[in-house]
Amino acid sequence: MKLKPVAYLEKGEFPLEEGEALRLYRAMRRARFFDEKAVTLQRQGRLGVYPPFMGQEAAQVGVALALGEGDWVVPSYRESAMLLARGLPIHVLILYWRAHPAGWGFPEGVRVVNPYIPIATQIPQAVGLALAGRYRGEDWVVATSIGDGGTSEGDFHEGLNFAAVFQAPVVFLVQNNGYAISVPRAKQMRVDYIARRAEGYGMPGVVVDGNDAFAVYLEAKKAVERARRGEGPTLLEALTYRLAPHTTSDDPTRYRTREEEEAWRRKDPILRLRKALEERGLWDEERERALLEELEEEFARELALADQAPEPRPEEIVEHVYKEMGPDQRRAYEALRRGLHVEEAW
Amino acid sequence: MVAEKTRLLNMVQAINEALDLALSRDGRVLVFGEDVGRLGGVFRVTEGLQAKHGESRVFDTPLAESGILGMAIGLAMGGMRPVAEIQFAGFLYPALDQILSHLGRWRHRSRGRVGLPVVVRAPYGGGVHTPEQHADSPEAILAHAPGVKVVIPSSPERAKGLLLSAIEDEDPVFFLEAIKLYRSARAPVPEGYYTLPLGKARVVRQGKAATLIGYGGMVEVMLEAAEVAAREGVEVMVVDLETLVPLDEDTLLEAVRETGRAVVVYEAMRTGGFGAEVAARIAEGAIDHLEAPVLRVAGYDAPYPPFSAIEDLYRPNARRVLAALRKVLTY
Repeated sequence: MKLKPVAYLEKGEFPLEEGEALRLYRAMRRARFFDEKAVTLQRQGRLGVYPPFMGQEAAQVGVALALGEGDWVVPSYRESAMLLARGLPIHVLILYWRAHPAGWGFPEGVRVVNPYIPIATQIPQAVGLALAGRYRGEDWVVATSIGDGGTSEGDFHEGLNFAAVFQAPVVFLVQNNGYAISVPRAKQMRVDYIARRAEGYGMPGVVVDGNDAFAVYLEAKKAVERARRGEGPTLLEALTYRLAPHTTSDDPTRYRTREEEEAWRRKDPILRLRKALEERGLWDEERERALLEELEEEFARELALADQAPEPRPEEIVEHVYKEMGPDQRRAYEALRRGLHVEEAW
Repeated sequence: MVAEKTRLLNMVQAINEALDLALSRDGRVLVFGEDVGRLGGVFRVTEGLQAKHGESRVFDTPLAESGILGMAIGLAMGGMRPVAEIQFAGFLYPALDQILSHLGRWRHRSRGRVGLPVVVRAPYGGGVHTPEQHADSPEAILAHAPGVKVVIPSSPERAKGLLLSAIEDEDPVFFLEAIKLYRSARAPVPEGYYTLPLGKARVVRQGKAATLIGYGGMVEVMLEAAEVAAREGVEVMVVDLETLVPLDEDTLLEAVRETGRAVVVYEAMRTGGFGAEVAARIAEGAIDHLEAPVLRVAGYDAPYPPFSAIEDLYRPNARRVLAALRKVLTY
């Protein structure tokens, strides 16, 4: 079977309505703006370790915007763009990456789950969440995301098999950015396309140019509609590249060349989409400037909100471990609340 | 609340009855795992449940423990109340990532917003000559996972009420069922729906000379030893912990303070086993009352042997418990 990545932009095609295309662009630009600010905040010591997604905006936003209001996103840790596109407030995301408890419990009404740090463990959970919707008579679809490296984990295989067996309404997005930290795709697997594996589970597999927002969005829409019709899961592989390090602690010059990065920089998903919009007279320098001003203001507002979050209380250590504290949590809670360690309160 | 009428049931029947009642009572309850549907489970614990409640409520899954636990987590996140069966507790290991990284953490990670009312049932322990891995007792690994509860019943009547409590509980509960007790005895079990509180230890035999502490399959071993001791005129107390997490330290310490001598009995590997936790708690909370060191009777620091001839040496029995008792009584 020959797989060929679905693509529109490089062929000069414009398959979307103008409003939809602009919506995609704004969401991608907003995500990029956040990503750049987040890296700066980390350098200033105002954010913890942060995993940038620069270069993967089309893959993430394309899938996020293809979802309906009642649908869910179960992300991995690099999916900040997906979360923002789904409506997660920026200050909550900042607090999450500050490892502040106020960033842990995502607000009501935004159907996103916390980022997952362990690799691939979200995959079978996304299947369960999708099936819960079916039991409840709700038609929510779950989009879950993973990197190319994550597809080597057992949970990826177990989860996809479960999804196919139970015909769960899930869209599995693989953001194939070529590297599992430093290990290139070629050392992870012997298949050309990860989407090829879909056949082995009994579900459709689709490859898209992951830096082409139109391609991701339209294929994701098809997968979401298929899932909602009760026709089961889809494996969607987006071929992309992270233009930034794995995290703010990583040094990609140790494992990739400047030439490779430059080649991908020319395929920057935001520049590509902007060019297509400009060619149709839908975007220009002035609109870009206005958007950036708007984003600057929004970010300043949200950062201020994040900065206002109170310091965590010591007793939060043992809160919410169980619905009701057991005797051990209770004892520690009382001590911590009095400003003591539990040994001091004996 | 214990109903008046009782019938003689073994533990398999009692647990089956609890699952049946839970499925009937709450449409969110789902029972799934390997072979639990058509076959009714390799121990027949889920027998008849699929026929009665339908394939969407009681169903077989692919053979994949991490997938089962992961799916259970997602189902609970979405508002269901999954009761997953892992065919043997020794097969839980592929699912440990889901348990340690997620199942016990979600409530804390979401600041109380998302609790996971998942029950994981698994047969555990030895005594029936199973192949390798089938007799493991991984309760200490589970007890070490923050955010989960660990319950181990020791009789049909306790199993039914505790399982119904576990299913009602808003937090994840591991419900370990001693294989040895599944069909070894029938006992009176109340009819209808009743629950027994989690987090309570109970004194199952009174005595002043020493306290034996254990749970699950070891309760009958301790009672046997106590019986022998009684014939020699030594009355020992027997405590069934029943819930390891959260641990009922008050009952435990009170029982030890009363006798001043304690032996902890568990069939898992000795080092780092749950009995080590019990011994540490006694040292922390009742050292002034002790007349002798706390002794452990446990499995050996080796894998549980699959060979029947030596299995009986690995698994604590009344003779070993009596030897330890003699030591603490003559210290």
